Amino acid sequence: MNNSKVVDLEKVVIKFAGDSGDGMQLTGTQFTDTSALLGNDLATFPDYPAEIRAPQGTVAGVSGFQIHIGRIDINTPGDIADVLVAMNPAALKANKNFIKKGGSIIVNIDSFNQRDFDKAGYEKSPLEDNSFEGYNIIEAPITKLTRETLKDSKLDGKSIGRAKNMFALGIVYWMFNRPMQQTESFLKAKFKKSPELVEANIKVMHAGYNFADTIEALSSSYTVLSAKLPKGTYRNVMGNQAMSWGFLAAAENAKKELFLGSYPITPASDILHELAKHKNLGVKTFQAEDEIAGICSAIGASFCGSLAITTTSGPGLALKGEAIGLAIMTELPLVVVDVQRGGPSTGLPTKTEQSDLMQALYGRNGESPAVVLASSTPANCFDWAYQASKITLEHNTPVILLSDGYLGNGAEPWKIKSTNDMPKINPNVAKEEDNYFPYARDKKTFSRKIAIPGTKGLEHRLGGLEKEDITGNVSYDPENHEKMCKIRSEKINRLSNIIPEQKIYGKESGNLLVVGWGGTFGSLYSAVGALLKDDNSVGLCHFNYINPLPSNTKEILSKFKRIVVCELNAGQFANYLRMNFQGFVFEQYNKLQGFPFTSIELEAHFKSLLSK
Amino acid sequence: MEKLTNKDFSSDQEVRWCPGCGDYAILRAMQKSLPLLNRKKEDFIFISGIGCSSRFPYYMDTYGFHSIHGRAPAFATGMKLANPNLSVWQITGDGDALAIGGNHFIHALRRNIDINILLFNNEIYGLTKGQFSPTSKKGIKTKSNPHGTTDEPFSPSDLSLGAKSSFFARVVDTNPKLMQKIFVEAEAHKGTSLIEILQNCVIFNDKTFSSITGKEVKKDAQLILEHGKPILYGDTMNKGIVLNKFKLETVIIGENGITIDDILVHDAYEQDSTLHAMLARMRPPEFPAALGVIRSVKRSTFDSDMNSQIDYEKRNAKFNNVNELLFSGDTWNV
Repeated sequence: MNNSKVVDLEKVVIKFAGDSGDGMQLTGTQFTDTSALLGNDLATFPDYPAEIRAPQGTVAGVSGFQIHIGRIDINTPGDIADVLVAMNPAALKANKNFIKKGGSIIVNIDSFNQRDFDKAGYEKSPLEDNSFEGYNIIEAPITKLTRETLKDSKLDGKSIGRAKNMFALGIVYWMFNRPMQQTESFLKAKFKKSPELVEANIKVMHAGYNFADTIEALSSSYTVLSAKLPKGTYRNVMGNQAMSWGFLAAAENAKKELFLGSYPITPASDILHELAKHKNLGVKTFQAEDEIAGICSAIGASFCGSLAITTTSGPGLALKGEAIGLAIMTELPLVVVDVQRGGPSTGLPTKTEQSDLMQALYGRNGESPAVVLASSTPANCFDWAYQASKITLEHNTPVILLSDGYLGNGAEPWKIKSTNDMPKINPNVAKEEDNYFPYARDKKTFSRKIAIPGTKGLEHRLGGLEKEDITGNVSYDPENHEKMCKIRSEKINRLSNIIPEQKIYGKESGNLLVVGWGGTFGSLYSAVGALLKDDNSVGLCHFNYINPLPSNTKEILSKFKRIVVCELNAGQFANYLRMNFQGFVFEQYNKLQGFPFTSIELEAHFKSLLSK
Repeated sequence: MEKLTNKDFSSDQEVRWCPGCGDYAILRAMQKSLPLLNRKKEDFIFISGIGCSSRFPYYMDTYGFHSIHGRAPAFATGMKLANPNLSVWQITGDGDALAIGGNHFIHALRRNIDINILLFNNEIYGLTKGQFSPTSKKGIKTKSNPHGTTDEPFSPSDLSLGAKSSFFARVVDTNPKLMQKIFVEAEAHKGTSLIEILQNCVIFNDKTFSSITGKEVKKDAQLILEHGKPILYGDTMNKGIVLNKFKLETVIIGENGITIDDILVHDAYEQDSTLHAMLARMRPPEFPAALGVIRSVKRSTFDSDMNSQIDYEKRNAKFNNVNELLFSGDTWNV
């Protein structure tokens, strides 16, 4: 442990920033895991360029990892950083507006030379004018000291250069009084095959730690004690990982094989990667030749009895539209996950947005209603994957589950749930002895029973042509078509009798209702929380069930004087509410910058609405 | 197991192809072939895309799926992976498989998933009423190219052999016996079995294969390949194929000193597809068209490879259930 004075902080935001090849994501993840094991509540936000190795030293090539840790409830990765690690001038420039006034900036001074100023678009060193007056600048010769530490190492120059992120991590570990054991064991496992790399990285991390101690980087070091979380066993999870595990749990509880048909796409690919690891649990992952084959293979597997899912992001959802229509027509179980990113077209592949809502609701030919759900925190991606699976298997209708880049790549502590404590899943499947009519339905839920190939006596044909009610035979009858369109729609509507009522956080009625959905929960919750502390008349209504909406939605809307719908798009949910609930005025607060809302901007906007 | 007949595979739906369509003969041949396969009725599944041929599953009393245009190989792949015990038959046409579905078609062949693909090739679009297809002969006049097509057609055999097809057979819709024989062999083959059926469209492209199937020419225009046998054809089987300086040639036994020993012997099991491709390319008037099983080679299948990986991982598993996974690794208690 370091010997300087230790100050206890309630919460702190740290950002690691450098070139996309500098290993900032790994550094951030290590700090996260260590903090999680110490019992901090936390939230993280990786922000990286679309190019794997964008031009070195440029602002466009900066890769960042922000982490917010606290001994209090943490709901967002933080608006601005208390501590910034800038591995080069570009990293400093890219983040200059996101550091708290008076905050600490650790710079790799070895990279502060004219060549790197030019690349970053600085005429001269930003540290020498007044740009960063009032900040605590820690100039660390990270490159030089890393080389010095490893001067006797047999590693080549390139590998030595790569270890410098560990020096930065060592400095930050000292500043926040973190033990280094967790990262040491991580390095030992990661470089199992190369003991020289393990030794080098550990040595450099310690050198960074000792450097900070020697120069007394700060007049005092800080600690963030463990948060008061509910009792239980915790682990740190990322959204895409939690989503994958939710599907695993659902398949096991439904006694189904899990099948994923998918095509790689940012930021959804990690779900494919995660599930591909778990063949031991019987998961079948199929990396198809394209997005369309991904979903079509999943529909084929669903017909043959699997819990079938397909995962994608916006452009991929567009390609899957026709096949989603087929799953709606054939009334088969299927979960389509869309980890949303900035659009239209290729848009901003590595940035977050909520602009696929209308596509999820309506982006298909014909009258083709689907269930639409949205997860709202990295950890609850687990619950929504589970719930999406339960709905699709019990009601035999496709479910579109919306996540986003911010949730998928973000991390937070998760109180682990046992599969024994999750709701039962009872797939709606016809048995051998049934007198089977493929399109006969349950009177209450309107869902049909599926029959799985291999079941004796239930041979039948499905397809995309309109179905005759009850028999499922092809039918071009005009009356039947209208009837079937209504049935497919009513089947979705009736789910609102089953799903829980919408909850409100804060005031149950009053001056301002803040409405959100999906991935913006953390920032909206923090902003509304701050206003509630000052006893403002404000409530937060945050939706996870999008189609159908919870049955008490209208009642909630009618209890407030003003309603503001906040979302990371141009107003898609606001328009959806206008369509469903006429007579209300829905104000909008929107952002289309590829970044999440900050709680500061939300709080300021809500205050202005409350004062009018 | 209960004995099945062709009637067991005939559904109650009215067959709606045009009178005289080649599809009728294929349907009958299929209904007669399935009882020969010694499998349970409920283990057959027919999957199709869109087009005239793709209505086929509705007429089979088996599990069936009429999916979307061009995508049937992807559905079939999901079906076979989900339940390896099923006998999966994909029905497709030249537009469905080679135009809109070209991508899925080649990838299914490359992976060698254990399914059977019946490619109904009539060299025209039927259901959309007569536009040219990717196999239409260059220059034919259709509604969508009234001045004659400028498209070079695909050769289904070259395309599929290029995609590493492990089984390629060809048959004409006028030869039901050969169809049955090939369907049985296709099912026995482990991997993707592709059967190109030269099928006549009476409405939009009538007699496009008459140079092969015409009654007066067929003896000299059709050559039925059998593995291990000399490649002979003709009314009295006195004609044959020889290989001369990397090119195939037709010869007559007894002329120019040719004996039966000079005739090529068909080897469908040869891994090198060069000769298979050359045989498949033969066309009248220079050559007879090759029918029968042109290629049938052993190659591991996608589904069995995946299943052996899963079996191995299960036997060597760190976790046997999801709870063990959830509570694994770095956790802490509050």
